[in-house]
Amino acid sequence: MDDLQQQGSFRSGQLPQRDLLQCDVLVLGGGPAGIAAACISAECSSRVVLLESTPWLGGAIWRANDVRSIPRSGQHWLSRLKHSGAQVICEATAFAQEGGELCSESGAVRRVYAQRCDQLLEVRCGRLVIATGAQELFLPFPGWTLPNVMGLGGLQLLAKGGWPVRGQRVIVAGTGPLLFAVAAALKNRGAQVTDLLEQASWSRVARFAAVLPWLSPSKVWQALQLKAQLLGARYRTGCWPAAAHGDAVLRSVRITDGRRAWVQDCDYLACGFGLVPNLQWPEMLGCTAHGDEVVQVDELQQTVVPGVYAAGETTGIGGDAAAVIEGQIAGHAASGCTTGRQLRRLQVRRARAGRFARSLQAAFRLRPELLMLAHDDTVICRCEDVTWGQLREFRDAREAKLQTRCGMGVCQGRVCQNSLRLLKSWPTTSVRPPVLPVLAGMWSRIVREHDMDHQRDPGDQS
Amino acid sequence: MTQQFDIAIIGAGIVGAACAAALARDGHHIVVVERDSIGGGATAAGMGHVVVMDDSPAQLILTSYSRQLWHELVQSLPASAETQQCGTMWVAADDEEMAAVQVKRELLAQVDVESVVLGASGLRQMEPELREGLSGGLRVPHDLVVYPPVVARFLLCRAQEQGVQVRTHCRVLHLDSDGTIDLADGTRLVAQCVVVATGCWASELCPDLPVKSRKGHLVITDRYPGFVHHQLIELGYLKSAHAMQKESVAFNIQPRQTGQMLIGSSRQFDADDDDVDLEMVSRMMRRAEQFLPRLGRLTTLRTWTGHRAATPDKLPLIGPSRTSDRIWCATGHEGLGIATSLGTAELLADQVAGREPRIPATPYLPHRYTKSEGHHA
Amino acid sequence: MPDAPVSQPVASPSVTLRVDGMDVTVAAGTTVAAAVARAGHQRFRQSPTGQHRGPVCGMGVCGECRVTIDGQPHQRSCLIVCRDAMEVTTDG
Repeated sequence: MDDLQQQGSFRSGQLPQRDLLQCDVLVLGGGPAGIAAACISAECSSRVVLLESTPWLGGAIWRANDVRSIPRSGQHWLSRLKHSGAQVICEATAFAQEGGELCSESGAVRRVYAQRCDQLLEVRCGRLVIATGAQELFLPFPGWTLPNVMGLGGLQLLAKGGWPVRGQRVIVAGTGPLLFAVAAALKNRGAQVTDLLEQASWSRVARFAAVLPWLSPSKVWQALQLKAQLLGARYRTGCWPAAAHGDAVLRSVRITDGRRAWVQDCDYLACGFGLVPNLQWPEMLGCTAHGDEVVQVDELQQTVVPGVYAAGETTGIGGDAAAVIEGQIAGHAASGCTTGRQLRRLQVRRARAGRFARSLQAAFRLRPELLMLAHDDTVICRCEDVTWGQLREFRDAREAKLQTRCGMGVCQGRVCQNSLRLLKSWPTTSVRPPVLPVLAGMWSRIVREHDMDHQRDPGDQS
Repeated sequence: MTQQFDIAIIGAGIVGAACAAALARDGHHIVVVERDSIGGGATAAGMGHVVVMDDSPAQLILTSYSRQLWHELVQSLPASAETQQCGTMWVAADDEEMAAVQVKRELLAQVDVESVVLGASGLRQMEPELREGLSGGLRVPHDLVVYPPVVARFLLCRAQEQGVQVRTHCRVLHLDSDGTIDLADGTRLVAQCVVVATGCWASELCPDLPVKSRKGHLVITDRYPGFVHHQLIELGYLKSAHAMQKESVAFNIQPRQTGQMLIGSSRQFDADDDDVDLEMVSRMMRRAEQFLPRLGRLTTLRTWTGHRAATPDKLPLIGPSRTSDRIWCATGHEGLGIATSLGTAELLADQVAGREPRIPATPYLPHRYTKSEGHHA
Repeated sequence: MPDAPVSQPVASPSVTLRVDGMDVTVAAGTTVAAAVARAGHQRFRQSPTGQHRGPVCGMGVCGECRVTIDGQPHQRSCLIVCRDAMEVTTDG
C-alpha cells in the first residue's frame, strides 16, 4: 500500500494516520485548472488538499502517465505543484459531501467524503474549488458499440496507458483541433492513421483558421493538408461516420459526406464530437440549476454558492490554456488573495481565452446530420442496452429512465443522457451521491463522533 | 372549459393506476390526472416488494388478499416488470426473535400464507452471505418482487383500452368538495367521484386527511447476481416501521432481477425534502453490514429518497372521505403501497359500485378518524 | 523527469500479471486495460443482452472497460495500473 501512497501524494512526510484531513481549500480534480488553483492557494499560504480520482495528475489533456506527451506548460505546472506545499492525493474518488452550513470556530466547514483505496477519507474544508473537467460527447450511430470503436480522446488516453496501436489502421473522426492532436499522438506510437474526418464543412474550418489576417483560405487548406500528409492521412472536411461494421469487433466504417458514402476498412475508429463539462459536483452542491450546461461564475470564479468556486471546463469548454488561467483566479479567490495586479492580468487573459474558446465552439458546431444517425435498433444506453426505437414514446429523460432503464446503469447516464440532451432536447436527470461508484463500505464509515454514544436504532441488539 | 366524468382519479402511481384499471371494468367514464409522469413518485422510489405483513390483523388481511391478486396479475405482466418470485426471508438474530418467528408463522397460516421456519444452519444454507450467529428465520416463499413504474404503466394501458383518459404532466390547482377539479392549464373537470391517490401529498389537496410523509432512503449496487436470493428483512423492521419516533433504520435488502442489490431501509418524519441524508444512509448501511459482513465489498451506484404516505394507525385510507361524499381516498399506504395497491383498487371499486367487498372495508375507512384526530409529531 | 511526479521507489521496468489465465508482461505504469489488449483481447465484457464491449472513453466514464481483478468484479481497467501477480479475468 505504501508505494500507492507515495505515487498518489507528494507532500513530504506521511499522510496523517486518521483518514481525516482539514484544510482551508479543497480542490476537486487534478487537471490543469485544479493544479493551477492548488498551486496558487498553497503559495498564498492556505492549507490545500487536491483530490484526483485517477492515478495520474494532468486530467485528460495532460494525462501524466506518459511524460513524453505532456506539453511544456503542463510540466511547469506539475513541477510547481510539487513545490507548492499543497497536499495532493491521487486515486481519491470524492463521492459525497455535507455542509456549507456546518460551522466550526473558524467559519463554515464543508465535509467532503472520498474513497481512497479501500478507506474512507473525510476532508473538512472552508472553501471548495470544483475543477472536475469534461468528458467526451459520444453520439450514437449504427455499430458504435462494437469493440474498437472508441472516443477520440478515448483512444489517445488508452494509448497513453499502453494500449497497443503500433501498425494498427486508425480512422480518426469528429471535430476540432483535437482531431490533429490525437492523430499525431497515435502516429507517434506507430499507428497508421488513414483518415482524418472533420464533420465541420470546409468553409467553417477555413473561416476559423482565417482569423489570423495573413492567412488566406487556400493557405489554410495547404497547411491542413500538409499536416495531414505528415501524418500519412487523408484529411476530409464535411465527413462523418455513418455506421461501424464488424461481427465481434470493428472491421470497417461507412463514411459519408451527406451525399455519397463509402466503406473504409480499419482496426480502430477514434470518434468524438466535442466535450461536455462534468457537472455532477456543481449540481450536487447547488451551483447549477437543472438544465444548465455550464457552471456560472463571477469574475473571481465564485459560483452562486458562497465558498464554492469553479474553474476550467466546468465553466465552459476552453482547453488547457483557459483552464490554467481560471484555476489561478480561483486559487487567488479561494485563499483570499484578491488584491494586486496579478489577478487583474489573469482576468484580462481569461477574457481573451474565452473569446477564442467561443469562436472555436462556433466554428466546430455539430451539424444536424450527426443527431440523426441512429436507427431504431441502435443502442442509446450502452449500460442497459436501450435502443433508439424504445425511447420513441417518452417525453423526458426521467420517464424514459423509469420505463426502460435508460440511464440506470453503471455510468448513470453520463453517456446516454448527454447524447439525448442533443438528440431529443431532454435535460439530464438529477444527480445523486455517489458522484462516482464507490464501495458499499464507504457509507457506513461516515460516522460522527457523537454517533458512538447516541441512542440505538430500534433494531439494535444491545 | 369544463369536462364531465363519472370518476376522476388524481395520481397515476401504482395505487391510482390500479384503481383506474379496476374501476374501468365497471364501465365508468374515467379520467386520471397526474402532475408528473406515470409511476414517478413513491412508486418509483420504493422497493416493489409484494409482501404479507402482520403488524395488525387488518394489515395481514389486506396484504394477503392483495398478494393473491398479484399472483393472478403476474401472468400478464411484461418482462420489463422484472417479476421475481424470490420470496421473503425474515431474519431472527436471537431467541426472542425466533419466538416472534413462530408467532408470525401461525398468523400467516391463519390467512393461508405458507411459510417455513428455518434454524441457524438452514438459514445460512439458503443465504450464505448472512453472518454467523443468527438464530434462524422465516421463509415466506410466495412473496414477490416487481418493478412498479412499469406495472403502473401496464395497468393504465389496460385502463386506456377500456376508454379511460390519462393526462400526465397535468397539475391540479384546486379540488372542491363538490367534485370540481381545476387544472393548471385552465381546464375544469367535474366528477361524481374524485379519487385522491396522491400518496403523501394528499393533504395538499385535502387538508384534513391525516397523511404525513415518512421519508426513506435506498442504495443500489452494481450487478452481483446470487449475493442474496430472497428479500432479507430483519424482524426488527417491524419495530422500525411501527415506531412513531422521528428516525429509525432497519436491515432490508432485495435482489433485483438485474442482479443488483437494493438496500434499505430508513424512516424519518418531518423531512419533506428529497435530499439524501448521509447520516441516515450511513446508519442504514452500517445496520445492513451487521447482517451481511461482505456487503461492504460491493460497488454502489446510487442513493435516493422517497416519501411514504403514513397514517397514525399504519393502515391506508380506502373509501369515501370525511370531507364530502364526492371525494374518495386511496392513499396512506406507508411502506406497503405496491403490495396493497391491487387490494386497495378492488376495495375501492366495490365500495363505489355498492358491492360487498371480498374483505371487510371497515378498518380502512377514512371515517375511522374523527375530525379532531391528526398525527402526533 | 520521472513519469510520476514523485521520486519513485526503485521499481522493475516491467510487470507480469495474468489475463484470463495467461501470463502477460507489460511495462511498468501500463493500465490493466492496455494489458488486456496486449494479451490479445479486444472484448472486455458483455452488455445485458450479450453484446461484446470494449473500452471507449479511456477516463472511467463509460464503464465498458470493466473486468474482474483479484476476484473483485466491475473494476474500471482503464484507470488501474498493473501490479505484479494481478489476476485479471474478462467476460468478453
